[in-house]
Amino acid sequence: MADLAYLTKSPLEKFVYNFLNFFKRLPLAILHFFQKLPGRIWKGLKKFGGIFVTIYRAAARGDWKTRMSFGVMGFGQLARKQWLRGLLYLVLEVAFIFYMIFFGWKYLAQMGSLGRIAELSWDSPDGTTQYVRIDNSLLILLYSFLTIFVIAAVIYAWYQNIKGNLYAQELYEAKQHLATAKDDIRSYADEQYHKTLLAGPMLGVTVFTILPLVFMVFIAFTNFDNAHYPPSRLFGWSGFDNFVMLFGGGANITSAKFAYTFGQVLLWTVIWAFFATFTNYILGMVVALLINKKGIKLKKLWRTCLVMTIAVPQFVSLLLMSQMLADEGAFNFLLGKIGIHIPFLTDATWARVSIIVVNIWIGIPYTMLMVSGILMNIPADLYESARIDGAGPVKMYFKITLPYVLHVTTPYLITSFIGNLNNFNVIFLLSGGGPNSLDYQFAGKTDLLITWLYKLTFQQGSYGIASVISIMMFIITAAVSLIVYNRSGSVKNEEEFM
Amino acid sequence: MENVKKFRSKKGRERTTNIIVYVILIVISIVWLFPFFYLVMQSFRCETAGTPSTQYFFPKKWGFDAYEKLFTDTSILNFPKWYLNTLIISVVVTIVQTVIVLATSYALSRMRFKMRKPLMNLMLILGMFPGFMSMTAVYFILKEFGLTQNLFGLILVYVASSAMGYYICKGFFDTIPKSLDEAALIDGANRQKVFLKIILPLSKPIVIYTILTSFIGPWGEYMFSSLMMMGSDTNSYTVAVGLRLMLQREQIGGWFTAFCAGAVVVSIPITILFLFLQRYYVEGVTGGAVKG
Repeated sequence: MADLAYLTKSPLEKFVYNFLNFFKRLPLAILHFFQKLPGRIWKGLKKFGGIFVTIYRAAARGDWKTRMSFGVMGFGQLARKQWLRGLLYLVLEVAFIFYMIFFGWKYLAQMGSLGRIAELSWDSPDGTTQYVRIDNSLLILLYSFLTIFVIAAVIYAWYQNIKGNLYAQELYEAKQHLATAKDDIRSYADEQYHKTLLAGPMLGVTVFTILPLVFMVFIAFTNFDNAHYPPSRLFGWSGFDNFVMLFGGGANITSAKFAYTFGQVLLWTVIWAFFATFTNYILGMVVALLINKKGIKLKKLWRTCLVMTIAVPQFVSLLLMSQMLADEGAFNFLLGKIGIHIPFLTDATWARVSIIVVNIWIGIPYTMLMVSGILMNIPADLYESARIDGAGPVKMYFKITLPYVLHVTTPYLITSFIGNLNNFNVIFLLSGGGPNSLDYQFAGKTDLLITWLYKLTFQQGSYGIASVISIMMFIITAAVSLIVYNRSGSVKNEEEFM
Repeated sequence: MENVKKFRSKKGRERTTNIIVYVILIVISIVWLFPFFYLVMQSFRCETAGTPSTQYFFPKKWGFDAYEKLFTDTSILNFPKWYLNTLIISVVVTIVQTVIVLATSYALSRMRFKMRKPLMNLMLILGMFPGFMSMTAVYFILKEFGLTQNLFGLILVYVASSAMGYYICKGFFDTIPKSLDEAALIDGANRQKVFLKIILPLSKPIVIYTILTSFIGPWGEYMFSSLMMMGSDTNSYTVAVGLRLMLQREQIGGWFTAFCAGAVVVSIPITILFLFLQRYYVEGVTGGAVKG
């Protein structure tokens, strides 16, 4: 579409056009990504090669202080009186050696087999069975990854040590000032302040997010389930068995059931996310517009009424709602008076509808708050000049308000879509995934992928399959986000009314 | 004359639409507040102690029995302990999380370093994994160190990855003019001073927003806390896990009104906080939306 034709469209049409365009452009975008890939890899390789060049230079050009640092980290720094740096490098090296000898290598060596004997048991003379635990697959896998992380970190530190030495030597030869310990400390509050700020947060992210994620990705390739549950039993590598199982390629009936469940649950997840996001968005905007309508008094009161629902913890409202919607609950009591009984949470279709409706009840206040904030930000002179030009309220709404709000909230719309794909609380606390279905493998009719995961892991212990599902979920979310973030650039450029 | 008539009819039309809007707003307010009204009513009910009422909304006999049961009958379900647990967790999480989020946001917003873009991309990608996935592994790690089933482990889980929630705060920092930093740096302040003495005082709304959200978080969080407390004795529960326990089939008979009372007690501090700090919350939410 030509730019001009695009500009003449109404905001809603533009939105639909862009939305459809995502999907039209998606294959091309993916193709483009792969076309660019070789170039990126080449660039990466060149960078990687640079590392070896530096090491080679240090080996060839370095004086004895630098060369000693190849074996004894921090030696050069100590010799050049950079006490703090040198000492830290030295301590790191010693700690690493101890770590590997007393801890790391044991686990790393067993990574291929994930353990040989889980436990030995024997009948002791007093009639009881004694046992001793030997290998724990879970710990072997976990600590192997930890060790790999540590090794990578130490190699990086070693490289920095060499590079630093070379640099210091060059500075020294050029008779320039070398950073002392005092300089180092000072720079961590100044030029290198980001390192001070980010060290703690990043450590947390590494240990509690990255390491576990890598671990779980690898769990997808093991047969970790209830029958292979450490510490009393071992689990081992099983290749792509779990993937085959989930996609119905397995020989047994469970595999077909898994495939069916996965398809159905995924379908419902997407439907749910779509409805949950857009109903909330549209209705929330309507409510915000009503409250902010000119001539309406007590704006603050109306707003506060709705905001109350944000302030009350979500789990309280959800648990309460689940009670009120129960077969014997308050709503059915009211309806019973006129002779109606509705299986709000026990019939599959009704349960799905009720969940979406309850979610509207939960979600509207958030959208309302946000949209009210945005409405207040719309420059009043826009309306003023529109009025002078003779525009009516409806026209002003479609030409000014709606485009403005849409423009500002598109990123929010997308993040909330992704959030809804993984909305655990609403489903789990409201219906618990029920009503259960015999056609499904450990899932109910309203289960999302994430609540299904919860059931599969902590109720069924099928960690292997669960982690395959997690990977699938990641792929879906990543795909959605990728499209969106590619798009949001054009959202930002669309500033025709600013 | 004609003009005046037209003017009047226009005014009349506006009045009718306004009346319609008022009616809609009243209906909406009732729909939204009805469940909480029901909750409060139930919590004051004290005749047939406990059972979920389906016959009437207004208590036939008013009283504080449910509250009394909640705070004195602690042998099986120890609500006061849960409340204290949650309060401790919230306070610690608030302090640590606020510091982490502010530090990360400042570094990513105001400083330029080689790893900045890769770090932001990394966190973006990490955010796309279902949080539940890493949770399973974190659970095993903490179990290995004996940190499950206690408050410290839960705090660690809440706090550890909070750096990934830097978006809104960074969006706010981005709007503060860079020239302020530059002027201060020229005047001889170091980066730390700029952060603590210049940027932070200017960022009151976002600091309050961060504090508010991180304080409220643990009160309503169910998934992680139920995992961490799996199999532990009920004394180390948080309110979310504990209150849900009250609604399980074995307990609901005797505990429904107590659940309602508990829900009211949990909601009060947060509601008060929220009503006072609403402005900052809106600023945070809209600020985040604008920045994406």
